Amino acid sequence: MKLYRSHILLAIDEASKLAGVVEFKDIFEQKLIEYNLSDEIKILESGPLGPLGSGICLSIFPENTVYYNLKTDDIDLIIKEHLIKGRPIKKLIYNREAVERYNYNYSNRIVLDNSGLIDPENIDEYLAVGGYEAWEKALTQLKPNDVIEEVKQSGLRGRGGAGFPTGLKWSFTAAIDVQDKLIVVNADEGEPGTFKDRLIMEGDPHKLLEGVMLAAYAVGAHEAYVYIRGEYKLCINRIRKAIEQCLEYGILGENIFDTGYNLVIKIKIGAGAYVCGEETALIESMEGYRGTPRSKPPFPGVKGAWQRPTVVNNVETLSNIPFIIKNGADAFKKHGPEESTGTKVYTILGDVAFPGLCEVDMGVTLREIIDNYGGGMKQDKKFKAALVGGAAGVFIPESLLDVKMDYASLKEYSAVLGSGAILVIGDDFSMVEMLYSVIRFFRHESCGKCSPCSKGTHELFMMINRIRNGIGKKEDLDKMLLLADTMKHTAFCALGQSLIMPIQSALDNYKDEFLAIMKE
Amino acid sequence: MYEKIFSKYTPERENLIYILHDIQDNHPQNYISEEAVAAVGKYLRVAPAHIYGVLTFYTMFSTKPRGKNIIRLCESPPCFLKGSDKIIAKLRELLNIRVGETTGDELFTLETCACLGVCGNAPVMMINEDVYGDLTEEIVTVIINKLKGEKL
Repeated sequence: MKLYRSHILLAIDEASKLAGVVEFKDIFEQKLIEYNLSDEIKILESGPLGPLGSGICLSIFPENTVYYNLKTDDIDLIIKEHLIKGRPIKKLIYNREAVERYNYNYSNRIVLDNSGLIDPENIDEYLAVGGYEAWEKALTQLKPNDVIEEVKQSGLRGRGGAGFPTGLKWSFTAAIDVQDKLIVVNADEGEPGTFKDRLIMEGDPHKLLEGVMLAAYAVGAHEAYVYIRGEYKLCINRIRKAIEQCLEYGILGENIFDTGYNLVIKIKIGAGAYVCGEETALIESMEGYRGTPRSKPPFPGVKGAWQRPTVVNNVETLSNIPFIIKNGADAFKKHGPEESTGTKVYTILGDVAFPGLCEVDMGVTLREIIDNYGGGMKQDKKFKAALVGGAAGVFIPESLLDVKMDYASLKEYSAVLGSGAILVIGDDFSMVEMLYSVIRFFRHESCGKCSPCSKGTHELFMMINRIRNGIGKKEDLDKMLLLADTMKHTAFCALGQSLIMPIQSALDNYKDEFLAIMKE
Repeated sequence: MYEKIFSKYTPERENLIYILHDIQDNHPQNYISEEAVAAVGKYLRVAPAHIYGVLTFYTMFSTKPRGKNIIRLCESPPCFLKGSDKIIAKLRELLNIRVGETTGDELFTLETCACLGVCGNAPVMMINEDVYGDLTEEIVTVIINKLKGEKL
C-alpha cells in the first residue's frame, strides 16, 4: 500500500455539493499535480465533517485542521502555506471551539464513529476499521437466537420515534416459521428538522448494511429492502454502491462466508410523502400503492409487505447493531441510563450559534446539548423554546431545559425523543407563527385516509389562521385543544394522534402570546 | 413511446412508482400525461384510476405540465423560523406566479414542499436536482436571474 504524507478529507454531502465541492475537488487535484505533490498528498472523499452550513469543508490529517467556507481561490493558499510550509491558515480555520467540541465527542460515538473519517464509497476503509467483523462473527459463531438475545440484553430501543424495544420486535418475527421473511429499513426521513439518517447513510453506508445483515440473520430473512426517500439522491447512490461492493466481496449474495446463508439487499425509492415514515404506510408505498397506513393488528412483524412477515427498523436503530454484536450488550449499556441505553444522534437547529449534529449518551440534559454542542444561543438572541422531536414534538420552555433526554424522563413531561430534532427558537419569534407553521405542515401531510385527521388538521389550520390574523377568540384556544385531543383518540395513525403534543405544549407554556395577539 | 422505459421494469405493481418517476424525468414538461397513465395501466394491468390515486398522492409527481425549472421551497418549521415565507413572497414577485403555477414562458414552476433534510442551511429550496441553501431575498434574485439568462 502506498503511503502518503498527508490526507485531506473532503466532506461531500448535500450541503457541500451545494457550494460546488465537486468542481473544487477537481481543481485541487489538478493543482496537486502542478505542485508535484500528488504522490505525497491524497484527497479522500468523506461524509459530513460536523460543521454544518459552512460550505466546502475539509480536514487535513494527521494534524486534523478543519478549514471551512472554502472557495476555489483558497486552494493555492492551502497548498503553499499549509501543505508545503506547514503553516495553518488562521482565517480559514473553523471555529476552534466547535472543532474541539466535535472531536471530543468522537470517542463516545457508536453510530457516527466513522463518519467523516473514512471514505464512505470504499469498502476497504470500512473493513480497515473493523467493519463486517460483527457480521462474520454472527454468521460463523452465533445462532440467530444469540443475536436476538444480545440485542434484547442491550436494551436498544427503536430510534425512529416510537421507542419500541428492538430485540423484542425481532423475536416476534423470528418465531414465525416461514421462509419468505423480510427486513425493511425505514430511510424515509421526513420529520422536519431531522437529517440524522441522511448523515449516517452519507457518512457510513456500510455500517447500516451490516446492521441490516445482522437483523436479517437474526430473524431468518433472506431478502431486505432499504426504503429511501426520493429526495436523498446522494444516499441512494452511496447505498447502491455499498451493496455492489458487498456483493463483489462475497459479504452479500449466496453462500456467504461458506455458511450456506443467502441474503440480498435491494433499494426502494419513495416519492415524497411524510406519512410513509409510518411503517405500514411505507409498506403500502413499497408495494406500489398510495402510502396510507394499514390497520394494526396484524402487525407488520406478522403480516407486512406482500403479506410476508416484515421487520421495519429505522436507519439509526440498525446502525447500532454492529457495535452491540461486536462488543457485547454490556459495552452498549455503559452508555445512557438503565431504561434508555445507548447513544442518540441529535440535529440541533434554529437560533443556535453552531447548527449541527451530535451523538451523545441518552440521558444528557437538553441544556447541555444546546450549550455544549450547539454552542449556545446565537449572539443577540435569547432562548424562548425548543421544539424537540420534530414537528410532532413538544415545545420545551426554559424552565424545563434541564430535562434529561431519554425515553422515561421525557415521558414525565408528555414529551418524546422522536426523531432527535432540536429546533431552538429565539425570543424574537412569535409562538403563534411557529404553531401555525407546525399545523400547516400537518395539514399538508395528512394522507386523507381517516376523517379525524384530514378534517381535523384542516379545521385546526383555519383556527390558527384566524388567531394569527387577530380575529380569533379566546374560546378558539379551548376548541383547538378539544379537537386535537379528539384526534389523539380517534385518528388512524400516529400522524393525527400526535398533533396534540405541539398544540398542548404551546398553549400551556406560551398562552399569553396567543391572548395578546387577540387583544390587538 | 414508453416501451423503452417499460423494458427496464417487470410488469409488477411494485414497480409503479419507479416507472412514474422515470416517465416524468424523461418528459420535457416534467409531468405525467393522461396518455402515459393509460400506457402504464396497460403494461401493469392496473386501472388508470388506481394510477391516478398514486400519482396525486405523492408530492413529487405532477399531472399538469410544468416548467423547465421546478422550484421546490421548503416550508417546514425549521425553514419557516429562518424566514422561508419572505423567500416565497420574493419568488412570487420575481416570477409573477402563485405557488403551484408555471410561468408563461414555461421556464419555472413554483412549488412548496416539506422538509428536504438540509436544515443546517435553512431556508432551503431545490431547483430540479440541485439544492440551494442559506437563502436570502438577494440570493434568490441572483439565482432566478441566472436561470432566466440561460434561456437567452
